Amino acid sequence: MKEEKNLYTVSIYTEDNVGLLNRISAIFQRRHINIESLSSSVSEIEGVSRFTLLVHITEDQMRKILGQIEKQVEVIKAYYHTDEQTIYQESCLFKVKSDLLFEERQIQNIIKDSNARIVTVNRDFFVLEKSGRRHEVDLLYRELKPFGIMQFVRSGRIAVTKEKMNITDLLAQFAQA
Amino acid sequence: MSVQTLVKSKVSQEETLRISGSEAVVRCLIAEGVDVLYGYPGGAIMPVYDALYKFQDQIHHVLTRHEQGAAHAAQGFARISGRVGVAIATSGPGATNLVTGIADAQIDSTPLVCITGQVGVHLLGSDAFQETDIVGISTPVTKWNHQVTCAEEIPEVLAKAFYIARSGRPGPVLIDITKNAQFEMLDFKYKPCTGIRSYTPEPKIKQEDLSAAAELLNGAKKPFLIWGQGIILSQAEKELKAFIEHTGIPAAWTILGASAIDTDHPLNVGMVGMHGNYAPNMLTNECDVLLAVGMRFDDRVTGNLETYAKQAKIIHIEIDPAEVDKNVKTDVAVLGDAKKALMALRELCAPNNHADWLNRFAELHGIEEEKIIHKDLYPTKPGLTMGEVIRSINEYTQGQAAVVTDVGQHQMIACRYAEFKRTKSNITSGGLGTMGFALPAAIGAKMAAPDRTVVAVIGDGGYQMNIQELGTIFQTKAAVKIVLLNNNFLGMVRQWQQLFFDKRYASTELINPEFGLIANAYHIPSKKVTQREDLNEAVAEMLTHQGPYFLEVVVEPEANVFPMIPSGASVSEIRLS
Repeated sequence: MKEEKNLYTVSIYTEDNVGLLNRISAIFQRRHINIESLSSSVSEIEGVSRFTLLVHITEDQMRKILGQIEKQVEVIKAYYHTDEQTIYQESCLFKVKSDLLFEERQIQNIIKDSNARIVTVNRDFFVLEKSGRRHEVDLLYRELKPFGIMQFVRSGRIAVTKEKMNITDLLAQFAQA
Repeated sequence: MSVQTLVKSKVSQEETLRISGSEAVVRCLIAEGVDVLYGYPGGAIMPVYDALYKFQDQIHHVLTRHEQGAAHAAQGFARISGRVGVAIATSGPGATNLVTGIADAQIDSTPLVCITGQVGVHLLGSDAFQETDIVGISTPVTKWNHQVTCAEEIPEVLAKAFYIARSGRPGPVLIDITKNAQFEMLDFKYKPCTGIRSYTPEPKIKQEDLSAAAELLNGAKKPFLIWGQGIILSQAEKELKAFIEHTGIPAAWTILGASAIDTDHPLNVGMVGMHGNYAPNMLTNECDVLLAVGMRFDDRVTGNLETYAKQAKIIHIEIDPAEVDKNVKTDVAVLGDAKKALMALRELCAPNNHADWLNRFAELHGIEEEKIIHKDLYPTKPGLTMGEVIRSINEYTQGQAAVVTDVGQHQMIACRYAEFKRTKSNITSGGLGTMGFALPAAIGAKMAAPDRTVVAVIGDGGYQMNIQELGTIFQTKAAVKIVLLNNNFLGMVRQWQQLFFDKRYASTELINPEFGLIANAYHIPSKKVTQREDLNEAVAEMLTHQGPYFLEVVVEPEANVFPMIPSGASVSEIRLS
């Protein structure tokens, strides 16, 4: 019985605590599961942090891992979603030689067509920023690659869900109880 | 954000005191009702030890001979009493030596608060003397851990530590306190923690889950119940007994569930698992409804999952949602406290008696009795068996003793044959299988229940893993009865070598010292039994002796524990020889 693997976006609402990232990543590491991307930020609720992870596993694995994550004392609530259930983005930066901007007309078209933004330009290099889905980022990468990319970096996925997250209600329940 | 805003606590009537962080630690422990703790001093925890000295009339510190001993002693204390065990150690090696005990407590759901000293906050990350990242190291084996770097945090963090350790599914908590935080002054006021917003210790039982469970049970022809330590942890012994008596369901136990119901109860059909009883293992694959209560379907219980109780509907009563559907897929999960669940479920279940079904258990038990049990308990061949030693202990203790076991053959034999008439009487390292557990755990158990007879049954391998704790027994006069079942082998590993590795006894034979002399060096009286006719008298002498006692019984070197479910086999492939 081999279950199909899927991409899951895991959203974890937590207390703001130093050791928590270690605790959460250990849950994956112990089961030999690679975290494809991870980002950590504040959430819509003051004092509550939000981790967004991307993993490629079976739904059965996902369910079990979610249980292990929620079991952690400082995790308020965790969710997992498929791509269809979320609106997600990644962001990336390209550092490219400035000469190319003037010498290679095509680059200007690539920038325009990709909706990338020029963050800075100086005599030696310019920096492009692109946000979007992975395939859009990848496309831009492939197009710029032949001209030479000095540096490239891509962020982890961030995502919001189509369904409501009931964290505020949960916290309100605690306050009332 | 400070911890305070995220947790709820009782408002204390006490006045605020201006004291040091280290004194605050001790006052917190006293406020939590701690009267004994186990530990070992060292540089980074010295201020707390200084405070312990000041409060020695209120809180008794037991100096073990190794920090691992302190952790296991705290576990033994917790397991027999249901209270939170406390262990304390210094930074670096002191802290890392606790880790085995912490991991053991995590997997066996034992409430523990471990306090470790740490280098001063300005030295963190500098590879200072005896600095180790114990919070990082202990993260995967603690229910919660936290580093305190300033004195003000101490009362809130310790209140939270005790609350987390004991609530819900219990577990170990480690609090690491930097040395500066121990020296600094704070305005002290203790408020016990009563809730944490990100933590739900106990899910609320859903009525529809109970109804679904009752429907399955009411329609069952061959219902079977397996209980685990959850019964003991939620103090549901009476409720379980009432439930099985009402429904007539035969009930078996996991190793950590032992003693929750009297061994001789007619519906107690024995132990499940690798070296459990024949009937409950075989009939797991014959029952039509399997009700699991406060157990987690460990691989030593289930054997091959692909063939485990496939014919049965599974009901799982469990407090920890992460355990449901983890190993065995359930048809009905009842999330919540076992005691409440069993009480409510009984109301929904029709009274019944499954006489024919119960007879199946008796029938199979008869086979085990004839092929194994009788030979173990009443051997006629020369050479003492482990089983007859346990039988002899049973005869004198009448089910009233607490039996503390280590890990290996003796553990399986003791758990199979010890007769219990009191709950919380079986203290063993189940999930982690920690050799060296029993001797220090027995010390903790005896101190938590001084009125009880505590018998530590240990093999010659595990005994030598924490043998230094004889020093703790000598110093504290803890009246632990030590029974060493000596086969001069690492018996369980040897058994596997015999059965699965063509008798290639790689590093399992032990050349042992004269154990009695070692006990005597600590002024613990001893006796060595090598002949059957001397056994009962020696056991009687040990049990009637006032203080600690060491009894060595030399048993058959190459005896095997049966029944046995070979690793990876199905529960119904259990072997009788």
